[in-house]
Amino acid sequence: MATATTKRWKTKYGYLYIQDDECKGCGFCIEFCPKDVLEEADRFNAKGYYPPRPKDPEACVNCTFCELICPDFAIWSEKDEEAGDADG
Amino acid sequence: MLAKAKTVPPPEVLDGMSHPMERYLRADRLPHIWCSGCGLGTVLSCFTYALDELDLDEKEVGVVSGIGCTGRAAGYLDLDSYHTTHGRAIAFATGLSVAQPDKKVVVISGDGDLFAIGGNHFIHAARRNVDMTVLCVNNFNYGMTGGQFGPTTPIGSRGTTAPYGNYENPFNLPYLAASSGAVYVARWTSLHARRLKESIEEAISIPGFTFVEAVCPCPTNYGRRNKIGDGLDELKYYAERSVIQHGADPADADLAPGNDIIVGRFLQRDRPTFLQSYEKQILDKQQFVKPQGMGKGPHRTSGATSTDGRGTT
Amino acid sequence: MADRILAGTHFLNGDEACAEGALAAGCELFAGYPITPQSEIAERISRRLPQVGGVFIQMEDEISSMAAILGAAWGGKKAMTATSGPGFSLMMENLGLGMMTETPCVVVNIQRGGPSTGLPTLVAQGDMMQARWGSHGDYGVIALAPSSPQESFELTARAFNLAETYRMPVLVMSDEVVGHMFERVVIDPDAIETVERKPPNAPPGEFKLYEPGEDLVPQGMPALGDGYRVHVTGLTHDERGYPVINAETQADLVPRLREKIARAADAILDVEETDLDDAEVVIVTYGISARTSLGALRLAQAKGLRVGMLRLRTVWPFPSKLIAEIANRVAGFVVPELNLGQMVLEVERAVCGRATVQSVPHAGGGIHNPEAIVDAIEEVFAHAR
Repeated sequence: MATATTKRWKTKYGYLYIQDDECKGCGFCIEFCPKDVLEEADRFNAKGYYPPRPKDPEACVNCTFCELICPDFAIWSEKDEEAGDADG
Repeated sequence: MLAKAKTVPPPEVLDGMSHPMERYLRADRLPHIWCSGCGLGTVLSCFTYALDELDLDEKEVGVVSGIGCTGRAAGYLDLDSYHTTHGRAIAFATGLSVAQPDKKVVVISGDGDLFAIGGNHFIHAARRNVDMTVLCVNNFNYGMTGGQFGPTTPIGSRGTTAPYGNYENPFNLPYLAASSGAVYVARWTSLHARRLKESIEEAISIPGFTFVEAVCPCPTNYGRRNKIGDGLDELKYYAERSVIQHGADPADADLAPGNDIIVGRFLQRDRPTFLQSYEKQILDKQQFVKPQGMGKGPHRTSGATSTDGRGTT
Repeated sequence: MADRILAGTHFLNGDEACAEGALAAGCELFAGYPITPQSEIAERISRRLPQVGGVFIQMEDEISSMAAILGAAWGGKKAMTATSGPGFSLMMENLGLGMMTETPCVVVNIQRGGPSTGLPTLVAQGDMMQARWGSHGDYGVIALAPSSPQESFELTARAFNLAETYRMPVLVMSDEVVGHMFERVVIDPDAIETVERKPPNAPPGEFKLYEPGEDLVPQGMPALGDGYRVHVTGLTHDERGYPVINAETQADLVPRLREKIARAADAILDVEETDLDDAEVVIVTYGISARTSLGALRLAQAKGLRVGMLRLRTVWPFPSKLIAEIANRVAGFVVPELNLGQMVLEVERAVCGRATVQSVPHAGGGIHNPEAIVDAIEEVFAHAR
């Protein structure tokens, strides 16, 4: 949420945002990312969970699946409109 | 030889960033109470994205919930939200919907709340075709109270009040909804996040009593007692066993361990809503004046196309 | 196009008059379930509400009826339900929700013989304590008791006003005889006052749904869609309406639910005093028993006895202060009611031993024989000597 520190990575067509401390370590995003972008971080967060981190941000196509499935609003992506997209 | 590991550039670290759906959430109430691996957070997320997609203003939507883990969803939504008594959300929503016919009224509640104690209200609201959307999170037990079995618990599954395994036949929720008169019936799992979001959009947009079942993990109770593993394990199970069958006969959509999980958009049909009937049979015939707000709804602009309009996925 | 207010002089029964009282007060939604002897309320209002831009819903049971009127209230409408004993019992949980969420609405109970299915078509007054204590937990109650069709009209209308003023469900505790008796009802539109719902006292973002004013009542109630995005919950909650599950929040909220009424007891109090000034024995009564008691009063007075009557038009909050004060100057009280002694317990409590209190019970199914009340009066006089 707005009070949490957010990490932002540049992806090919935009950005990927993760708020480590919001994560409850369910593993959904890591498992089901269609591009296998994510892995578990090697440090746990304030709650003791291991949040995701991109192992390959360039592979992210901002499909927003992680964003949609995350139960804790801890991860989202933003497509940079000018950068085009995976089809263009 | 191992491929050289990709070095990931370090992220920017930012303060004061808001999640894109924060406008629909009571951020001061988060983090929510739901367990790690629970499907409820996903359902809440899909709901906010559905509202966003429909470009609905926060003023236009009222959420009514019952009691249970799912019932807590109302408290996290920055909308007019009403956390009512166990089983009675639909009855409350009936009054609310009739009083404000141009608003979207959504009931978000769980399997036990809606179909055990609330069963009677469900079938009657469906019968009347009161204008509301019922989003049922089905995690096959009463999670909040520790994992008792409920009206959707499969035969053989364990619960704290079914220590030898449940021997009662469970409801087939889409079948019950369809036979009671619902005009839109869909089921997805929380893994099918995108499709769940789309069904929620459709259900909200269609006038009348619309029903979406969201099958979700309850790793702390149902999952644990039935050796399903954690939330992720249950999602993997959904991935393996879900079969999308749009237009499937709801009668065939039973859920039983070992069977496929049939998901999809099962039915959509046209029936006059409760207020439309009232208007046609009484107000117009008797030339009575319409209640305030009635002229504007429940004739919503249907954002959804018919069942065949969305293709096969 | 029919009128909301049925102006004029009419011959109506108590149930019908109750329905008209609701309409006159601005009722826009009725949700109820059929039950004798309430039926005429629902039947009449099902015909009248559509005429005046309202909605009638016959719900599937009393539980949902109570829930639906709460929903309609948060949708901005004045709403009412009506029932009798068995339905009243079913409504209790959601009545508590209405109390806890401070939702204005009206609940009418046309009492009949109980317990359980009891005497569906015959009178009793056996739900009086249930009216006060029926739902779980602590909360306060306002309950009115009409003794005639005219009062059924007036007190039902008053109930709506009290509901808006004190932000709560208000009860009308009538009974089968008052409900079914036909009498003259005079409806004068100019004499009818309505209290409208107070809008929020601050804009969205600043407004606190449950922040009490000086009178301990929340300051305004928005409807769905007004932009306030309220959160309403039956869980113990803070002034924002958010659930906070601890003893401190409980202590802040729950006593206030009672106190807001207790503090206004004098304003709410509505009693009719007959010949109290030099009375030695006072009949305390309500509802149909008050009609019988009037007959007994005159019989006793004809025997030369100095008897007066205190008729309760508000039964809750109970006029303890008034009764205690009267207790200082009378020999005793006689309390006829169509139950085995319910409001008499309140009289005893208020009197606190300072005078004799004589119950005149009746298991229900009929009204008292006035002679029985006279006998009780004479017993009190005998006891006093």
